[in-house]
Amino acid sequence: MSSPTPARNRTAAGLLTDIRTIIALLFTVYGAVLAVLGAAPSAEDLEKSGGLNINLWSGLGMLVFAAAFAGWAWLSPVAPAAPDGEEPGAAE
Amino acid sequence: MHVLAQDQLRLDAAGVDYALLALYFVFVLGVGFMARRSVSDSLDFFLSGRSLPAWVTGIAFVAANLGAIEIIGMSANGAKYGMPTMHYFWIGAVPAMLFLALVMMPFYYGSKVRSVPEFMLLRFGRPAHLVNGISFAVAQILIAGVNLFLLASIVNVLLGWPLWVSLLVAAAIVLTYTALGGLSAAIYNEVLQFFVIVAALLPLTYVGLHKVGGWDGLVEKVSASPGGAEQLSAWPGKELTGFGDSFLSVLGIVFGLGFVLAFGYWTTNFVEVQRAMASKSMSAAQRTPIIGAFPKLIIPFIVVVPGMIAGVSVSEMVALKAGENPGVDYNDAMLLLMRDLLPNGILGVALAGLLASFMAGMAANLSAFNTVFTYDIWQAYVAKGRPDRYYLKMGPWVTAGATIGAVGTAFIASGYSNLMDYLQQLFSFFNAPLFATFILGMFWKRMTPTAGWVGLVLGTASAVAVFLLSEAGVIALSGQGASFVGAGAAFVVDIAVSVAVSLVTRPKPDEQLVGLVHSLTPKESLKASSAGEDSGWYRRPWLLAGIVLAITVVMNIVFG
Repeated sequence: MSSPTPARNRTAAGLLTDIRTIIALLFTVYGAVLAVLGAAPSAEDLEKSGGLNINLWSGLGMLVFAAAFAGWAWLSPVAPAAPDGEEPGAAE
Repeated sequence: MHVLAQDQLRLDAAGVDYALLALYFVFVLGVGFMARRSVSDSLDFFLSGRSLPAWVTGIAFVAANLGAIEIIGMSANGAKYGMPTMHYFWIGAVPAMLFLALVMMPFYYGSKVRSVPEFMLLRFGRPAHLVNGISFAVAQILIAGVNLFLLASIVNVLLGWPLWVSLLVAAAIVLTYTALGGLSAAIYNEVLQFFVIVAALLPLTYVGLHKVGGWDGLVEKVSASPGGAEQLSAWPGKELTGFGDSFLSVLGIVFGLGFVLAFGYWTTNFVEVQRAMASKSMSAAQRTPIIGAFPKLIIPFIVVVPGMIAGVSVSEMVALKAGENPGVDYNDAMLLLMRDLLPNGILGVALAGLLASFMAGMAANLSAFNTVFTYDIWQAYVAKGRPDRYYLKMGPWVTAGATIGAVGTAFIASGYSNLMDYLQQLFSFFNAPLFATFILGMFWKRMTPTAGWVGLVLGTASAVAVFLLSEAGVIALSGQGASFVGAGAAFVVDIAVSVAVSLVTRPKPDEQLVGLVHSLTPKESLKASSAGEDSGWYRRPWLLAGIVLAITVVMNIVFG
């Protein structure tokens, strides 16, 4: 999001305390579960949503969204804690 | 909400839905623990160390408002009134958000205050500060009770747990993460919640539109429904305002909803302003409400539109609109639509989204209460001059006390048949006079410290008087009508009293008001920097605000 800063924090700990990574993680699991459910929909489920395989489409949508957020977090990582006590958990 | 027919609304949730819901709660608590690592002094806990980026605070800004009342109330309005409900988002929020960003934020952020009451302290001195601090703290506990009650009643209906068990479990979860990580935990969770809410409502809207035959199908069905084609255009919204005349109706929406109510709510409500104060620079603080305004423009399409779809496709809603009594009310529109349309799997995500939204509101109340209670009441008047550690350690205890208070006020809220009436009443008591005092104090340097607190007290008193008169039947007005009149009275009385008192008391010397009053503050210090992390045209507050305004106008033309 911001202009690249020289100091980068692309470590596991740095990424895990970034809200973008956490969002990506949650939606990866949600997306995967829904996509698997949507891969073999029951007739009853399809009937409910008017023939639309909503689990599959939402699942795939969530996976794409998760990938985008993970990519954003990876490409512009949070700057490490500044000496003046800048919060390390803050995303850029 | 208490007349819900239980088994009609019980969703057909399966194991996978509960698993997805449980996973969400694991994440919510995880974010609490993560935020805890970054808390080292009280400013970290109460104001996130003023270090958050604008996109985070911007999303939190809108998510803090995307609570139970918004989701349930606005989908209900959608089912009942249709497109005029859009005014609550477009006219009733966006202009006030932009005003907060461009005009008021420079004073809030620029004066480095830690809360809205603290601004009162600098501008008007201690009496006004104490009055505002106490009234805000009381209001937050009352409103947190409303949010908690709604949360618990949904858990009660969906999962069948008794109301008091739902109440305590919900309170415990919100308490855990706010006590752990303070404002950062609340804000990060609001961001997470926002995306989960969208992930829940977007597929619902999509399936709903698919089922009624796309947008054209919806238009056709709504036109044929009892509300008729009038429900398809936002203006003049006669049904919504209750005015028979189109011109008066438009006037009512623009001035009543758009000016007094919306500006009072968005510009002085510390729950909202706090999110902007937590950002890392003046430019980011100004961008917070503007970034929040973009989703605010779009949210009605996934809240109001599903309500409209429910109104023409869910059998109980159709019966209700036709004037029958199917045992449900408009508040159930969203839940019934989920019941009808969503298969297991996405249903779990929808449940998570609903509960997420309900927790967001309460967490926002708690974190704002924490800051005001600790800084503006405890540190200022009770235990002065202790080391920072002392106030930091208080945080979790204050949160726990507030949660217990909210459980108590949740039972008060449960006694109201229409919660919107109750909330509007609270807003008329607390927000309307505060807005009057603020706007006068920011632009009129002659306004004196005495006028500051006398105006507030008498403004609130007149709103309470209107409430009592209407309760006693002296003024014949329906629930919300009385609170609109109360808000108007509070605003007018506050301004009149403040002007009168100012003319006979002594103002503060000019040099003490630099940075607090518009005419005494150098233009440069009100301007946000545009260098470094604040550079780039897409980070200019005025330009962004212009884009938002243009979109708002276009939306009003297209859906007018």
